[in-house]
Amino acid sequence: MWIIAPLFCGLIFGAGLLVSGMVQPTKVLGFLDIFGAWDPTLAVVMAAALAVSVPGFMLANQRPRPWLAKQYFWPSKSEVDLPLVTGAALFGIGWGLVGLCPGPALESLATLSPGVIVFAAAMAAGMAVYDLWQKSRLTVQRGSPLAGASDG
Amino acid sequence: MANFTPLSAAIGGALIGLSAVLLMLLTGRIAGISGIFGGLLNWRGEDKGWRIAFIAGFILAPIIAGWIGHGMPPPKLPANWVIIVSAGLLVGFGTRLGGGCTSGHGICGIGRLSVRSIAATIVFMTTAVITVAITHHVLGG
Repeated sequence: MWIIAPLFCGLIFGAGLLVSGMVQPTKVLGFLDIFGAWDPTLAVVMAAALAVSVPGFMLANQRPRPWLAKQYFWPSKSEVDLPLVTGAALFGIGWGLVGLCPGPALESLATLSPGVIVFAAAMAAGMAVYDLWQKSRLTVQRGSPLAGASDG
Repeated sequence: MANFTPLSAAIGGALIGLSAVLLMLLTGRIAGISGIFGGLLNWRGEDKGWRIAFIAGFILAPIIAGWIGHGMPPPKLPANWVIIVSAGLLVGFGTRLGGGCTSGHGICGIGRLSVRSIAATIVFMTTAVITVAITHHVLGG
């Protein structure tokens, strides 16, 4: 029965993107187009979301564990590093080209629009390329004499 | 600012924040869409159930909205397939390398007051604004 919880959360998230208009790339591009007819809607969406999530996460932090799981999966990294900045920069370029980020892209699959299906497939391919690259990098590191020495 | 819709934006934004908080309080997970979706592409991962359920809820939302008469129009995308595919690849690779997207960094990360997520959000907002400025105003796209 616990599977109802993430399903319900997904529904609310999807409803939020729908109601706010953020599923429409034109709305998102309107926000990003600060030199054109600027539409500040996305800023209000983020502000409203943060007004709920900041106190909500503080509340979660005070509880020893989630209601339906053994532990919290808080992200562990805290430093700003090169992969973070490079990745965010590449993501921003893709986002600005079409106006779709992962949430609205997956939600828009419900419309069966061919463009969205192609975008989502390319997005999955981009993620798969990253996973493969990581895997090959780890293999190379393991095979190098230096890493071998440190592994004992 | 003719297209500005603050009321629906505030309601929708609050729903997104509520979803992120509920997912954390109930299941202990971060509502970062690129991370949730990316985790499905790794065949060895075991925690797939909640990921599939969350994304299913997501895709169900516009279908249910359609039943009650608020169907979602198909999104307006560029006509050029090369642009759509390039953008998808950049979004997929970039969100995995950068560890998150608009939801994971923008809503959840900033919601936790994480410096990493604040930095990521500033970077992706900046490159997105520059990209739109070039495609809309320099190239006249």
